[in-house]
Order: sequence, then C-alpha cells, then structure tokens
Amino acid sequence: MVAEESVRVVRCGGSELNFRRAVFSADSKYIFCVSGDFVKVHSTATEECVHILQGHRNLVTGIQLNPNNHLQLYSCSFDGTIKLWDYIDGILIKTFTVGHKLHALFTLACAEDSVFVIINKEKPDVFQLFSVKLPKSSSRETEAKELYLVLDYINQSPKCVAFGNEGEYVAAVRDFYLSVYFFKKKTTSRFTLSSSKNKKHAKNNFTCVACHPKEDCIATGHKDGKIRLWRNFDDGKKYTYTCLHWHHDMVMDLAFSVTGTSLLSGGRESVLVEWRDATEKKKEFLPRLGATIEHISVSPAGDLFCTSHSDNKIIIIHRNLEASAVIQGLVKDSNIFTGLMIDPRTKALVLNGKPGHLQFYSLQHDKQLYNLDIIQQEYINDDGLIQIELTKAAFDCCGNWLATVEQRQEKETELELQMKLWMYNKKTQGFVLNTKINMPHEDHITALCFCNAEKFENPTLVTASKDGHFKVWILTDDSDIYKKAVGWTCDFVGSYHKYQATNCCFSEDGSLLAVSFEEIVTIWDSETWELKCTFCQRAGNIRHLCFGRLTCSKYLLGATENGILCCWNLLSCALEWSAKLTIRVMEPDPRSENIAAVSQSSAGSDLFVFKPSEPRPLYIQKNISREEVQWGVFVPRDVPESFTSEAYQWLNRSQFYFLTKSQSLLTFSTKSPEEKLTPTSKQLLAEESLPTTPFYFILGKHRQHQDKKINEALESELVQLPLTENIPAISELLHTPAHVLPSASFLCSKFVNSLLLSKETKSGEEILEDVDMEEEKESGDDSDEERDFTEKTQDTNDTDLGEDIIHQLSKSEEKELRKFRKVDYSWITVL
Amino acid sequence: MGEFKVHRVRFFNYIPSGIRCVAYNNQSNRLAVSRTDGTVEIYNLSANYFQEKFFPGHESRATEALCWAKGQRLFSAGLNGEIIEYDLQALNIKYAVDAFGGPIWSMAVSPHGSQLLVGCEDGSVKLFQITPDKIQFERNFDRQKSRILSLSWHPSGTHVAAGSIDYISVFDVKSGSAVHKMLVDRQYMGVSKRKCIIWGVAFLSDGTVISVDSAGKVQFWDSATGTLVKNHLIANADVQSIAVSDQEDSFVVGTAEGTVFHFQLVSVTSNSSEKQWVRTKPFQHHTHDVRAVAHSPTALISGGTDTHLVIRPLMEKVEVKNYDAALRKITFPHRRLISCSKKRQLLLFQFTHHLELWRLGSTVATGKNGDTLPLSRDADHLLHLKTKGPENIICSCISPCGSWIAYSTTSRFFLYRLNYEHDNISLQRVSKMPAFLRSALQILFSEDSAKLFVASNQGSLHVIRLLEGSFKHLHTFQPQSGTVESMCLLAVSPDGNWLASSGTSAGVHVYNIKHLKLHCTVPSYNFPVTALAIAPNTNNLVIAHSDQQVFEYSIPDKQYTEWSRTIQKQGFHYLWLQRDTPITHISFHPKRPMHILLHDAYMFCIIDKSLPLPNDKTLLYNPLPPTNESDVIRRRTAHAFKISKIYKPLLFMDLLDERTLVAVERPLDDIIAQLPPPIKKKKFGT
Repeated sequence: MVAEESVRVVRCGGSELNFRRAVFSADSKYIFCVSGDFVKVHSTATEECVHILQGHRNLVTGIQLNPNNHLQLYSCSFDGTIKLWDYIDGILIKTFTVGHKLHALFTLACAEDSVFVIINKEKPDVFQLFSVKLPKSSSRETEAKELYLVLDYINQSPKCVAFGNEGEYVAAVRDFYLSVYFFKKKTTSRFTLSSSKNKKHAKNNFTCVACHPKEDCIATGHKDGKIRLWRNFDDGKKYTYTCLHWHHDMVMDLAFSVTGTSLLSGGRESVLVEWRDATEKKKEFLPRLGATIEHISVSPAGDLFCTSHSDNKIIIIHRNLEASAVIQGLVKDSNIFTGLMIDPRTKALVLNGKPGHLQFYSLQHDKQLYNLDIIQQEYINDDGLIQIELTKAAFDCCGNWLATVEQRQEKETELELQMKLWMYNKKTQGFVLNTKINMPHEDHITALCFCNAEKFENPTLVTASKDGHFKVWILTDDSDIYKKAVGWTCDFVGSYHKYQATNCCFSEDGSLLAVSFEEIVTIWDSETWELKCTFCQRAGNIRHLCFGRLTCSKYLLGATENGILCCWNLLSCALEWSAKLTIRVMEPDPRSENIAAVSQSSAGSDLFVFKPSEPRPLYIQKNISREEVQWGVFVPRDVPESFTSEAYQWLNRSQFYFLTKSQSLLTFSTKSPEEKLTPTSKQLLAEESLPTTPFYFILGKHRQHQDKKINEALESELVQLPLTENIPAISELLHTPAHVLPSASFLCSKFVNSLLLSKETKSGEEILEDVDMEEEKESGDDSDEERDFTEKTQDTNDTDLGEDIIHQLSKSEEKELRKFRKVDYSWITVL
Repeated sequence: MGEFKVHRVRFFNYIPSGIRCVAYNNQSNRLAVSRTDGTVEIYNLSANYFQEKFFPGHESRATEALCWAKGQRLFSAGLNGEIIEYDLQALNIKYAVDAFGGPIWSMAVSPHGSQLLVGCEDGSVKLFQITPDKIQFERNFDRQKSRILSLSWHPSGTHVAAGSIDYISVFDVKSGSAVHKMLVDRQYMGVSKRKCIIWGVAFLSDGTVISVDSAGKVQFWDSATGTLVKNHLIANADVQSIAVSDQEDSFVVGTAEGTVFHFQLVSVTSNSSEKQWVRTKPFQHHTHDVRAVAHSPTALISGGTDTHLVIRPLMEKVEVKNYDAALRKITFPHRRLISCSKKRQLLLFQFTHHLELWRLGSTVATGKNGDTLPLSRDADHLLHLKTKGPENIICSCISPCGSWIAYSTTSRFFLYRLNYEHDNISLQRVSKMPAFLRSALQILFSEDSAKLFVASNQGSLHVIRLLEGSFKHLHTFQPQSGTVESMCLLAVSPDGNWLASSGTSAGVHVYNIKHLKLHCTVPSYNFPVTALAIAPNTNNLVIAHSDQQVFEYSIPDKQYTEWSRTIQKQGFHYLWLQRDTPITHISFHPKRPMHILLHDAYMFCIIDKSLPLPNDKTLLYNPLPPTNESDVIRRRTAHAFKISKIYKPLLFMDLLDERTLVAVERPLDDIIAQLPPPIKKKKFGT
C-alpha cells in the first residue's frame, strides 16, 4: 500500500471552473476548462468529465488550443510553466519553463513558434503582454527564456486582451483606454475615453475586449453596460466607434462568432445577448441562465457557444441559442451560512448553493449532484435588495429529515423567519416539503439539531433562538379523513433566566440535551425535558458545544468567545480540564471519539485533534491556512484507511474537510494531489471518434466489436455482455407460444435480471488481462513515458465494477497496463 | 442694497419656429435654414455661426425644400407650388415661379448648377433650366403615381433618384424616363405598415442610392440593377433626413426620435481596399423630429421641430482642438426682438404675427443684494397688436417716450401713435405712409422721440420728423455709389446729432443728422457687426463684431479711441473670444461714462474702461469679490470685464435709469413645454 507520507493540506476539487474562458476542441466534441491546478476535459455532448490534465503546481491561468495541431492544448499557470498536452489521451507532451508568474496565455496561428503571456514583472499592478518563443527541442522540459515585450501596462485579465484579424494587431484595454499594437508596423495606438467624474462618463471603464475575426473591428465592453465597436483604428485620428447598449450593468464578456456575423455579450443580467450584424435593432436573447455570465467562448467549428457563470457552472449553448448541457461545479457564489454538512444518504457535502438553494456536492466526483430549492421564490438580482437568506440547515441521522431555516430582515424590528422540514421521499429520491413553520421563534435562530439516537422512534428537533427560548419539535400524526400524514409540532419550550440561547446539542444516545445560554450551559433530560444541571465557566459566551462520543460520551465540550475550551465531566458535573484556545470550528468525528478544533491566531489557523478524555491532543498541524477557517466537517470514509502512525490514525475512518473565508474547500491528505480525483470514466476512455457516453461504452461499442470479432475470443471484451440468444430466460421468452406465457409482470423481473451482468461469470482480473493480451498482439509498440498513472489505480472508493479489480493487480501487471493506456486505439475505428 | 434693481422679465412667450430645411453652401461656407413659418435665415459659418441675413416668412409659404445653386443663388420651394429665388443682397424675394404641379415636396440642383429639379404632389418631376436672372421650365420626367418626396442627382448629372411613397425611381436625365423602380419593404418590426414614405434619397457616384424611410430603415440600393444591397434598421420611428459629405465617405441621417446617426465608409481590413458603410456614432441633441440635416466638411448640422440648430463638429476632421471644435446649439435669433421705452418703462415684444406691449411691474420695497423684492404692482399687458395680412413682422420699435410704435412687414410699414390717459391707452394709426416706406429692415427712434430712422431694403436710409399725429419726411441717405447693400443695424447718439448704420458686410457709416450728410465710414472689418451704440457725451461709437471683438470709435475725431487701440494691442481674454453667442445689445450708463453695458444670450457684462484689462492668466468670470477681503486685494484682482451669468438665456437687457435694469429671459424649459410632445420612448428603469 501507500507509503505513509506526511499529512498535507490539499485543495480537493470544488475549484473554480469559471476562472478563465473555457476552450472548445476543434471538432467541438470536448470542452476544456481550468479547475484549480488542473485542466478538465469534458465531453460537450454528455457533460461528463473525460480527462483531468494534471501537472501544474499552481493555479492554471490559461488554456489555448495549439493552432498548429488541434489535438494539442497549451496551458499556463502561476507556477511559471507552459505545458503542452495531448488532450485525447491526457498526456503531458512538453513543459516550457518561463519563470515568471503567468497570468494568461494566447496563441496565434501565424506566430508558429511563439505564444503570448501576461506577466507581472515589477510593480504589483503593472502587467505586460509578452511574446514567448517556444524553443523547438525534443526534450520534454525546456526553458523558454526569450521574451519580447508587446504591450505594457495592461489589465491582468485575459478578457482585456484580444488578437484580431489573423494576428495583425492586438488590442488591450485597461481603465479608460484601449491600446492597439500592430505587429507589422510595430506601432501602438491608444484611444482614451472620457473619465470625468460627472454622471455621464463616470462608468466608462473598459471591462473586456474582443476582435472581429474577419474585419478590422474591435468590440469593447464597458462598466455602464455599453458595447463599443471601434473601426478605422489603424489611422490614429480617424477612428470611430458605434455604441450598442442593452446591458444595464457591466458587460462581463464579449465574443464574436466564428464568421463574425454576430457578437455575443453577457453580464450580471444572466442573459446571453446575440447582436446579429452588430446592429442595435437585431438582437436575440437567451435569458434566465441563473447567474452572472463571467465568460463567453465560441467553438472553432462555430456550432457551440459556452458561458461560464459566477455560480461555477459552464453552460454549453447551441448556435440557435438553446442551452444543451450544464457542467456544474461547487457553487461558491453566496455566503455560506449553513456550514458544511454531510447528507447521510449520498455522503454528499451539503451547503448553501445558488441563492435560496441547498447544493449537494459529491466530493468523490467533484461534481454537483443536485440543488434543492428551499426558498422557492424567484431570485431577483438587484443591488441593495435584501434577499431571503437560507441560514440554517440540519439532517437527521439517517437522512430522512432535513430542517431548514430562512430569514429576511429589512429593518431591526421586522424579522421574517421560516422553518421548513423536508422529508425524504424514496419514490422521487428527493426531499419533499413536509411542514412549514412561520416564525418558529421571535428572534434569530442560532442553532438547530436533530436527536441522532436511533432508539427514538420519533424524530426530535431542537431549535435555539436569541429570543431566550429553545423549542423541541416532534413529529406527530397529522392524518385526517382524507389522507395519512405526519407533521411537526412544538412539544416543549425551555428557557433559562431570559438569556439568549446560543447553541444546542444532543448527546450521542439522545438522552441528554445541552443548551447554552450565553455563558451558561444547561443540561436537559430529553425524556422529561427537565433541567438537570448547569455549567458555567464565566469565560464569555459559549460559541461551540458538543458532546463526546463512544467512550468519551461522558464529556461535554464547550468553546467560549474569550478563547477557553472547556471539558466537563457529566458524571461528576465538574470541569475536567480547560485549555486556552480561540476556537473557530469544533467538529466531532462521527466514527470515533476524535474532535477536531481549528483555532485562529494572527499567524493563521491551526488544527488540533484530540480526544475529550485525554488532555493531550492526538495531532496538531500548525498553519493549515493563512485565512480564517469558517467551517469544517468530518466525512466518513467508505473504506477505512489503515495508517499505523499514531499521528495519522485520526484520518483512518473519516476525512476532515474545511472551508476558508475565500471559500476554498481544503482537506488533509497523505497522497499526492493528483490521485485525489479519479474520474470514473477513466476506464471508459477509448477512441476519440466515438461519443463518450458511458452507456455507449457499455453497449454500443461492444455490440460493434461483437459483430466484427464474432470469431475471436469473446472473453476479450472489457465487460462481457452475453448474447441475447445465450440467455436462457430470453430464449425461453422468445420461443414460447404467446398463449401459454405467464403474465408480463411475472416475466418482467426475470427478464431484467437476466440482462444484468453477473460477477460470477468471469473474474475481473482475467478480463483485464485479456484486454491487454489482445491489444498487445495488435499494436505491439510501447511507450512508457507516462508516470502519472502509478497511484491512480489505488483509489478505493469507486463503485465501478472494473475499479475493484484493479486493486488486486500486482506491480508488474500495473506496469503492463500502463503501457497499453498509452497505446493509440484509433486504429480500431478503421476496422 | 445692490448696485442695480433688476426687472427680471419672463413673460415674453417667444417660441422660435421649427426648422424645416437646411442647405449648406460649401463655396461661401454659409448655411441656409428655413423654418416652419416660412422664414429663411442665412448663417455665416466662418463668422462664428452668425445669423447674418434673414428673409421674413409668409403664412401661405411653407418651405419644403431649400437649395443653393452655383454657390450664390438660393432657391426654395414649398407647398404653395412656387419656386422662389432670394436676393441675397437686397434681402428680398427676387421672383416666384409656379411649377404647376401642385405642392412641391422636393427640389435638387444639378451638380453643375445649371438645372433645377422639383418633385411635386401630382407625381411629376419637373426640370428647370437656371438662367442668369431667372429659371426656365424645360420638361417633365415620367410622371409617377404619388408625390415625389425626395430627389437626388448622380454626381455626374446623368441620373436622378426620386423617392416616392413605397418606391424609389431612378430617372435617366436625358430621356426623362424611369430606368428602375425599387420597391421598399413596408414591413416595420414585423408589422405591415400602411405606407412606407421615402423621406430622403442620396445618389453616390458609384451608383449606390441610399434611402431613408418612415419605417426607420436606411437602405443601400444598387442603381444599376435596382436591387437592395444592405439594410440598416436604426429607429423605431421615421428617418426623416439624409445628407452626404462631398467626399462621399460619410453621411448623416436624422430620425423622428431626435437622434442623428453618423454613417462612415470604413475599410473592412487595413490592408484591403474593400470598404463598407458602418453606422458609427449616434448623437442625441434633439428632443423632437430632426427634419433636416446637412454635412459640412467638418461638421454635422441638424435642425428640427425642437427649433434648435445643432452644429456638431467631427473631431477627426478638426485640425486643432480649438473653439471651432465645440458643439454649437443655436436657438435664438441673433437680432433684437425687444425694444424698450425707458421713460414709461414699457417693453415691446415682437412675435411673428403680432406685437405685445407690456408695462413693467414696480415695487416700493428695498432689500439686500440678491434679494427678490415683492411687486407692489404687477406687470401689465397693455396692448396686443395683430398684423394685417399673412406676412411676418420684420422689425419693430417703440419710441423712448413710449408714444410711438412702428413696425414693418415685407410690403407695408406701420406707424402708431399711443395716447396714455391714466390707465387707458388709445392707439391711433398714422395713415398715408409715403410709398417709399414700403418695407423696412430696421427702425429706430431718436432719443427725444422726435425723429424716426428707417433702413429700407433698397439700401437707403430715411429720416422722418415726427409731429403730434403726423410726420414729415426730412431726408433720404442713398446707398454708396450703386451698391444695394441693405442696412441692418442703426444707432443714434443721445444728443441726436449722429446716426450710425451698418450693413451685412460693408463697414459702418456715420451720418451727421444736423447737416444730413455722411460724416465718415469706420474702416471695414472682416466680420459682420452684431451690435452698435453711440455713447452719450463723448459720442464714441461702440461696435461689436461676430468674432467677439469690440471696438470703440470716436465719431468727432474720426478714429479709434485710445482704449480701443489698447485692447486691440493686448487682445481679448481667450474665454471672452470663446463665447457662443454674439453680443446683441450695447447700452451706456448715463452717470458713468467709463462703463459700457453689453450682453449676449448667456451673460451680461459691464466693461469698466478705467480698470486694467485682463490677460489670459486672470480669471475672466470672477465671482462677486468677497466683501471681507481688503480693498487692495479687490482692486488687484479687479479687471475691466465684470460679467454676470445669472440671467440666461438672456434675450434683452437694458438700463432703464441709473439704478434699474431690465432683463428679459426666455428659459428653454418653457419653450420645450410649448412644443408638441416628442415620440415616446421607453426609458430603462422607468
């Protein structure tokens, strides 16, 4: 197994897909988007992630197709390198080291051996556009040191630079001016807009630029929503421009269609506007795209557009302005009020998503599973409008119930509060609203928790509020003569000396409820709702409260505002120990006694993992993040790890994820970052000529193969599907006269069962080996330049059939397998 | 208490007429503008856009087309079916020719200036030959089904494009037959409108015809094949006018929404010769229909129902970024419409078809500087004098004593005697005017109201002695040897000895009234005179020119005064020279001989000749000096020009007595409020 490396903080997916413009492949089959340190390759038809190009050591800041070979992709990164990829096989071909932090990348068909990058050399705000000559050498890592300055003092965003008319000129915008550099004449023209403070011109700032592909025409977007089309700019004085004005807010991005007949623009209105012939009166709209359009790109084939949105999604749009696919990442648009939760059913991370929604995000697949509309109201995007906020949410232990709290406060005295309880519906596989409670409390709800003990047949929910009360809500029978129904009602209202209730927490077995009232912790018996005892440390208001688990369930932990962490023994009703620690996040591990606490100091955030019974922490990691950590959560592992080292044992059963103030989702890992994400579709990868739907790989391709290689060994298929004639149930069904057949409902399950693959038919190992054998025969050549795949196969938590088998491969087998991953399979199509 | 008590008059309900046509003359750099009341005005673009001539209108003469021929002849045609040529020297109508085709909608002069084409209501296009002193009907082109609304010659003079309703015809000039008929799409935003009116056409030398129509389209046609080449939908309302530059590299269109769009011919890429027309900048300087546009080499000129004449310079054509590069908006006429009787505190307002006499209000209250005093007696509308006949009033005047009113139309001169009995007024027309007093360009009463000076359009100057209820012709000053230069401005000295007069171009003549002979002629200056006045006691003649220069000429000494020479040597402050509007009135303070009071539409100025002149470094528009500063500082910062911009737009300002001023304002908002409502446009966020 894996050698135990040191535990590191790694980014774990959920990175911004909308950081830069997405790029289409030449045939519009794939779309590339940056995603943190990786480049993701998605299929435009199925939205599925086909590859992840890994290799950069910092944020990827630009991707462009290689104009000389449309099967290759350039990428640049803050780590100062430009990498050339074969995106079909996901192979890194070359690395060019430039040395500076690269902010953006541009390629040009006419400049064969050079690319353009934006570099920030001296002052922090001064960016320059450089031309980088890429040396032609066969070595895989070369240094590209020949830099030529093209334009100085430009904007760092690649939206503000555009190349026009087959590389005749480059246009860059910044603040109030547009600079155009002509490569042939080697001259720069600069056009300035009025920037006076008066109302009319105050928002003249340039925001983005695009160049017409055929004509000398530059389109610029502005802060006031205007689009200006500049012409005649090669003669400094005679320049002229036209205005197009539809957007009421800043134009976020512009793109010309491939032929230049239409211009696309987008902004905060979340409407894609197509200006036909660049005239004001001929415009088409694609409205209701959900969030601010950040980037627009156009496929080289001209059949697709795509828009990147501020809620971390990419929408692929047909030429006729119909959205065809959505690639959705972790939404990071809004403030996170609910914190991080784990849906017990799907093990998905749950948090605030789009405004008014809860998002369910799969950590394994780095993909949003779905959105649950909680507020169920049209979202009006307007500055200064006070929106309804989803502030709290909680799941019960088995994921049957979800409680949410939403609030809207226009003025100090006008609080709108609503609590909703959602029941999981097995039929629809989703949450259905069960009970809606208007104004469950008089004031803000500060905490919300379900009783997690399974012995309670009645689910119980406790809410704590600033109005000084905590309320216990139980599920009761709400049936009437029309239907059977259940609903939630208030069972008990508790208070303590009119103090504000700040936290609530059930003990593991559900017998005790702890509610903190400012500085005081009260313990209540959950059977009788009787106040058992109180703890008070006089060390400021209690900010976090949690019970110990398993062997430590006799302990109660509380973290106070003044930086004291207290541990009380519930049996002796005394303070067991206390420590001076400013706790930001305190999360118990559901699988062990461990509790993770993140403290905040001026230097950064530190992580402490401890057991309540032992005053000495199990593990300390200093400075996990320079920013403030806002939320954290333990995610139970599907398959436990087996770290032997004492320091890492806490990671065996669960993994700790945390979210910082800038909303990057981080975790602790001992593995290299590359192996954290393994797409399930890896195995399914094959010829580029086939649409890469998983379904096609299971059925379509193999059918084809069967037809062609009917005489060859059938065992050689990756996943063997028995021929329909060979299945007894089907042949029986087909050959029996209709009048003697039993009813269809009886036959149905039998028929479906017969179509399922049975594991027993063949051992997976055999299958895989056979694949290798066969392909070795056919291709014979090998290349072993790829080392990135080494640990990929070690992934444990994949549900795919093939995945489980790979774990049992020996090292030598893996090596073999790796060779054949590299093999060009394109010959198969020729067959 | 302030220096002056000011009557702030806002009851002059003057509304300029809307602009119907503009015609730009490239040779003399002049612009002819016709208004809906039939008035035709000539602006000299070289002389700071000064309105140097005007032809009064006529009720029945609605001008629909205006054009220059051969650089100096101006023709107009209108709905009364007549073609009119104007005499630019004598400032009257030379002749009118009926085209016999019903109302005329359009007119175009051939590129060589020898032929005139008119489009009529009955669908006929008539060709006239321009002879040196008249026009001669030559022949008709093929008659079309409906009225011809627009005409344009091909620069070679062989073909003509004519816009009608729903179609454009291309005529061959030689044969007079229609070569092509290009049908225009009636569709308007998906809805079929009843008719599509071709408001304007332009024929380019490459054979392209550009049309603008009532469906908001600008269309490019190939006249050789009669096909539509390109279509720009630019407005939701009519596009009403088009003008092409001489180089044919840009043109301008005006829409009923008040927007003016500029189209330019730009090359598709820098290294190809292929060019295309692109709509570049929209200009929204108008609130109402832009009925007429013109394209001078350096500027776009537009005018419309909202009565403004807007001159928008093209920045790329302007060599240096100077004063000429600024946007000009001309709203008010550059002549006086108001005269005032100082003795009786009366104001006479001149409208197109009537005169109004008002008595100013009065107050007994006093207050601090800047206070608004309550009126003890409101201003009184004493008289409403309607003209007889359809002609517009050219000029009017009230005598300083308030007992005489004179006005003139194109064909008649009227003199009235006013009698005041307590609060009643009786009006008595002085009959039996002599035949030579048919029409006057300027009327002036002497200070003692005993003499009347009339500048007639023949160039002669009549001096008439007024008696109680009758008059006597004293003398006529004939124009200088043979010239028919008409006199436009008159000034008489308060002692009644001197009379100064100036024409549209020649210098200022000074006559001695006692001896009834020409005294002297002020050396001529390149720019037209905008205002004249003779100072009391010193008899210095103060002359303001359209380039904002002010001269002082001593009549007794027959030379410029020392002060005038100094200021010419030193030059005026650059901000003074950059003002937009000409000085329209000059007056003097009776007790302070060193002061000259003058005003234009946006400021009122007292020039104190005793103070040092400002140079370009000093602040010209100095605010009122703070009172707390010492006298030394105040004296050091003070300069000769004391300017007040409180009253604007200022149509008239005069000194009633030593401590009282009258200022007549006409706020633009009041004018806009009386115009018909503009096309309603949805404004975002409302």
